[in-house]
Amino acid sequence: MEVNEQIAVEHGLKKEEFKKICDLLKRTPNLTELGIFSAMWNEHCSYKSSRIHLKKLNTKGKKVIQGPGENAGVIDIEDDDAIVFKIESHNHPSFIEPYQGAATGVGGIMRDVFTMGARPIANLNSIHFGSPQHPKTKNLLRGVVKGIGGYGNCMGIPTVGGQTYFDESYNGNILVNAMTLGLVNKNKIFYSKAAGINKPVIYVGSKTGRDGIHGASMASTIFDDKIEEKKPTVQVGDPFTEKLLLEACLELMSGKSIISIQDMGAAGLTSSSIEMASKGNLGIELNLNKVPCREEKMTPYEIMLSESQERMLIVLENGKEEEAKKIFDKWNLDFSVIGKTTDTKKIELFFDNNKVAEIPINILAENAPVYERKWKKTKLPQKINFNKDDFKKLKISEVLKKVLSLPNISSKEWIWEQYDHTVMGDTIQKPGADSGIIRVHGTNKAVATSVDSSAIYCYAHPLTGGKQVVCESWRNLISCGSKPIAITNCLNFGNPEKEKNMGEFVECVEGINEASKFLNYPIVSGNVSFYNETKDKGIKPTPTIGGVGLLKDYKKMITMNLKNKDNLILVVGKTEGHIDQSVFAINILNEKKGPPPVVNLFNEKNNGETVLRLIDEGLINSAHDVSLGGIITAVSKMAIKGKKGFKLNNLKVLINKFDYYFGEDQGRYIIEIEPNNLTKVQKILKDNSVHCDDIGIVTENEIIVDKEPILHIDDLIKSNKFWLKDFMDK
Amino acid sequence: MKSSVIIFPGSNCDRDMDVALKKFGFKNQMVWHNDQSIPKSDLIVLPGGFSYGDYLRCGSIASKSKVIKSVIDFANSGGLVLGICNGFQILTETGLLPGVLLQNKYQKFICKNVHVKINDKENKYFKNIKKEVLELHIAHNEGNYFCSEDEIKSLYDNNQIAVTYCDEKGQEDEKFNPNGALKNIAGIFSKNKNILGMMPHPERMIDKYLSSNDGNFFFENLIENLK
Repeated sequence: MEVNEQIAVEHGLKKEEFKKICDLLKRTPNLTELGIFSAMWNEHCSYKSSRIHLKKLNTKGKKVIQGPGENAGVIDIEDDDAIVFKIESHNHPSFIEPYQGAATGVGGIMRDVFTMGARPIANLNSIHFGSPQHPKTKNLLRGVVKGIGGYGNCMGIPTVGGQTYFDESYNGNILVNAMTLGLVNKNKIFYSKAAGINKPVIYVGSKTGRDGIHGASMASTIFDDKIEEKKPTVQVGDPFTEKLLLEACLELMSGKSIISIQDMGAAGLTSSSIEMASKGNLGIELNLNKVPCREEKMTPYEIMLSESQERMLIVLENGKEEEAKKIFDKWNLDFSVIGKTTDTKKIELFFDNNKVAEIPINILAENAPVYERKWKKTKLPQKINFNKDDFKKLKISEVLKKVLSLPNISSKEWIWEQYDHTVMGDTIQKPGADSGIIRVHGTNKAVATSVDSSAIYCYAHPLTGGKQVVCESWRNLISCGSKPIAITNCLNFGNPEKEKNMGEFVECVEGINEASKFLNYPIVSGNVSFYNETKDKGIKPTPTIGGVGLLKDYKKMITMNLKNKDNLILVVGKTEGHIDQSVFAINILNEKKGPPPVVNLFNEKNNGETVLRLIDEGLINSAHDVSLGGIITAVSKMAIKGKKGFKLNNLKVLINKFDYYFGEDQGRYIIEIEPNNLTKVQKILKDNSVHCDDIGIVTENEIIVDKEPILHIDDLIKSNKFWLKDFMDK
Repeated sequence: MKSSVIIFPGSNCDRDMDVALKKFGFKNQMVWHNDQSIPKSDLIVLPGGFSYGDYLRCGSIASKSKVIKSVIDFANSGGLVLGICNGFQILTETGLLPGVLLQNKYQKFICKNVHVKINDKENKYFKNIKKEVLELHIAHNEGNYFCSEDEIKSLYDNNQIAVTYCDEKGQEDEKFNPNGALKNIAGIFSKNKNILGMMPHPERMIDKYLSSNDGNFFFENLIENLK
């Protein structure tokens, strides 16, 4: 087939990009070559719209061993241990085929982590769906949850945390972001940079089939009415093979035969081979007849663009082929020497003794297009002047029960009960807590991890929203007593070719970066997902932040469940009563306008560090960060988990009680302390200039607000526990 | 005491079981599925996971693996064989235990703490155990035990029902049955009680920082009985 502009456009390339290819090659590419360009130059692989902004990110820090640019980020957790982690999106495929889309998202991110020599020790996920009333929501949710569980459970990696959010802006574009943490010895990390000439290039894992061809290009376009036709571009996962691949790779890695290794993820063999060569400043030569194929008569074009799962590309030391093959034979996996590294700085492909492609690597990688897209700033919305007289009609008990049963607040047990969260025997804090916590096997250390997003705030004011979501991640880690170390981000946005969406991206990234710098909470890995748009309707800007923190002594871990009757309940951090964009404003007052809560990074840092100090001194019995739904929602969740009640005193502050209890001011924590520790706690808080309100006490089971017994703890449990279960099973 | 944990491709609770056995004093060794013989052992464990991907039917391919003949010989000669979760499924597929494990009634994978009641103490596993009701963890998609009327009658007649789902007080009721298992069955013995298959994972519950440490009762007691 003769390649022309029309075919290039069908491959998702712009006309000017096709012209650039012809100019760089000084000829027209053949079809295989065009396929390679389309795979490397699409948004998903080239980051062409985001690159100039991502370059500004805060990626360095004392604990950072590897920042962005590798398969995953790596941080130091002392004693030669390191954590490899990353989050990645699988949004488009999951909307088209929820089970396989979500499953292969989980499989892909785990491969990114074990490619670096780390054994995965925890999975998390952040999933966003359309309105519960939307006809597709239920099936998408069911499929995604089954897919995530199906893959992670079979691999034997615990899913220790996650986040689920419903909003109508995801009606036509759900989000599935999967995160994995792995543990590695910091002296035994494997990288993707090839080195040396004439080294054997090895293909291992599953056979190559016709599934997933053009997956990465599909992920770089907006959806229209014909998305069903894109089903064949979704890959099919086989977690069993991945489990074997994991064990085989780790076994091979315990020796010294690997020079570099790269998983075949988006754009399969194309991007893995080109990335390895590009990083090593080498060329690569592949004989495509040697690639193990699942189907007959696959063409070079199909072999290069297949996104079949559970495959790896390895550059080995010379003479180590037999030793390596033995390991893959043991695990019953394909192993084939498919080529070698060269000094040509080109990718050269051979098929049936003909050269079928020859492209200089730098054209594909460094010369890939970079766009400085136009973007529009979002103005900070005017504060809403709420009519406080309207509040007089409201009853705290009724509002509280309603808030606790909202789709975005209610318990997600229905979801995480389908994920194996205890395999590997080190999960000491399960899903449903501020963070998931897993022990570093055989040590006193533990790693805390959480995922967060705040699309409502980001939509109202991207700059503030970007800052806020980083702070929320930081608070989640602190609440359980861990010291936050670093983050990974998954940036889910609409169409970057629209100024408004591009502006949301730019400002969210700016906010994330500002908070990351101030909190010394660097970004070590991540991924961008644009074009989350169906027929002109884009999603709310949704940066997802995955955080990782360290507990040096896991026995000092704090949980959020209220512990003992008569203990005191304190709010750390100042409450102004910001209700614009709060759950209360949106769901009770039906007011969706206004600015998100202000993020004061100084207070955030100071409050967090002081809470950590209190935990370290053993003064805190339980803690929880204040987020959606404000103080009373936070205390209620602690009460539900601890099966205790609480009594809140009359307010000593001159704020309307609804503003106080439901406001979503930032930088706050609820802590439970023993009465005899009050003076000590107050002194430490005062010495560090941290504001604190003593708001009440823990009771046996009654919920008392302003001296009125308003509810029983069972009422709160009932309100919170059943929404999702009823929604899914009835 | 010597134990052997069999690793099938796709097993994923093999390490957890190894950690637990060693913690309670077993000298444990790992045995690869392609090995024909098993080193001398006082106990053989078939761990949880997804052996051979659980393709065809859970445990069915493992029941035809190379190593399984040695397991069967060991069991038939009276050796102790413990199958947890996928291990239980494998034991039913080999015919060492009667019945099958169907997909959970609600067609979902379930991962949570449950209580199980020990029904029979006249055996090496539970003799002298200090607790009648254990809080253990389940994590499975196919734990819905089912067998024929004749088989269930025979299980009762021979006191082969090892553990049943119940509440924390030991009260059995359909309410506490997580997966639809016949008669709340969570685990059964072979006729002479040297083989035990059960869905709950005691190896995941062996210290107080995990969700419960009732697994300790199980392992402490088991090694004591084997001494």
